[in-house]
Amino acid sequence: MTQTVAIVIVSHSPDVAKGAAAMVRQMVGEEVPIAFCGGNPEGGLGTDVGAIMEAISSVWTEKGVAVLIDLGGAETNSEMAIELLGPEKAARVVICNAPIVEGAVMAATEAAGGSDLEAVRATAEEFQA
Amino acid sequence: MNESDLIGRMIDLAAERIAAHADELTALDQAIGDGDHGDNMRRGFAAMAEERDTIAALPLSEALKKAGMVLVMKVGGASGPLYGSALMAMGKAGGTDPCALIDAAIDAVKARGKSDTGAKTMLDVLAPVRDAVAAGATPAAVADAADAAAEATIPMRATKGRAAYLGERSIGHVDPGARSSAIIVRAVCEVLEES
Repeated sequence: MTQTVAIVIVSHSPDVAKGAAAMVRQMVGEEVPIAFCGGNPEGGLGTDVGAIMEAISSVWTEKGVAVLIDLGGAETNSEMAIELLGPEKAARVVICNAPIVEGAVMAATEAAGGSDLEAVRATAEEFQA
Repeated sequence: MNESDLIGRMIDLAAERIAAHADELTALDQAIGDGDHGDNMRRGFAAMAEERDTIAALPLSEALKKAGMVLVMKVGGASGPLYGSALMAMGKAGGTDPCALIDAAIDAVKARGKSDTGAKTMLDVLAPVRDAVAAGATPAAVADAADAAAEATIPMRATKGRAAYLGERSIGHVDPGARSSAIIVRAVCEVLEES
């Protein structure tokens, strides 16, 4: 199977993260690796740097990983997690400045076509509701 | 007090003060943020307190890096990477010169938060603290400067973080991150004063 860019969804809410991933699965299918995480280290609303690192590692591919986030701390924690993966991996992970659900679907659609990481990000970020 | 006692005592007092002020921090954050700052900081500092003896046994630079990593992994909000990066940068800077250490922390927070002073953030406490230290202020005076700086965020308008969504409505409240910074600075200064 050809490798595609992978998608990681990071929300403050585990339910939102899981739901967004389910929508991507249904709309785009199985060929794009997708992981999600949500909730702080105690399981409440928030994000967890360790869990984000694990999510990225679980779908890691040389083609890269596009991360979709919701608000504030999700971005800061995702940036931190990417940095902690080390410069080599970090260079192949991007955070998309896009709405989390729509962005994830658009990114996964683009990824499914075999596009590279920059194209995946651009498609997610071009999305206008 | 030797270095190890000093580090242990700072962790104890900072964790105690953060826990005691958690509700206040959350209330401040409910006014202009997302209302989780007190809980997040309490969780992060409680995790640091759990590792107190391990951290305190390390040389200062390593202790700072380790304490920073605990905050990064345990806070669960943006304040984790912000405070965590600050401590890790102080550890990386090395040495014990307080101005150099605070400068490293300030640079790290600016980079991590893509922010600067005047945006109603913790930087508006850290920068005046740095100036007070550079001017040779006593630890007690530095702690007072931190409190005054946190209060001085009240008329500021937030341009970073969740508070930025509020625009003009962010004016009139103490910034929660500025307040938690002042609480931690005071705890550290009190330990230095005791030593």
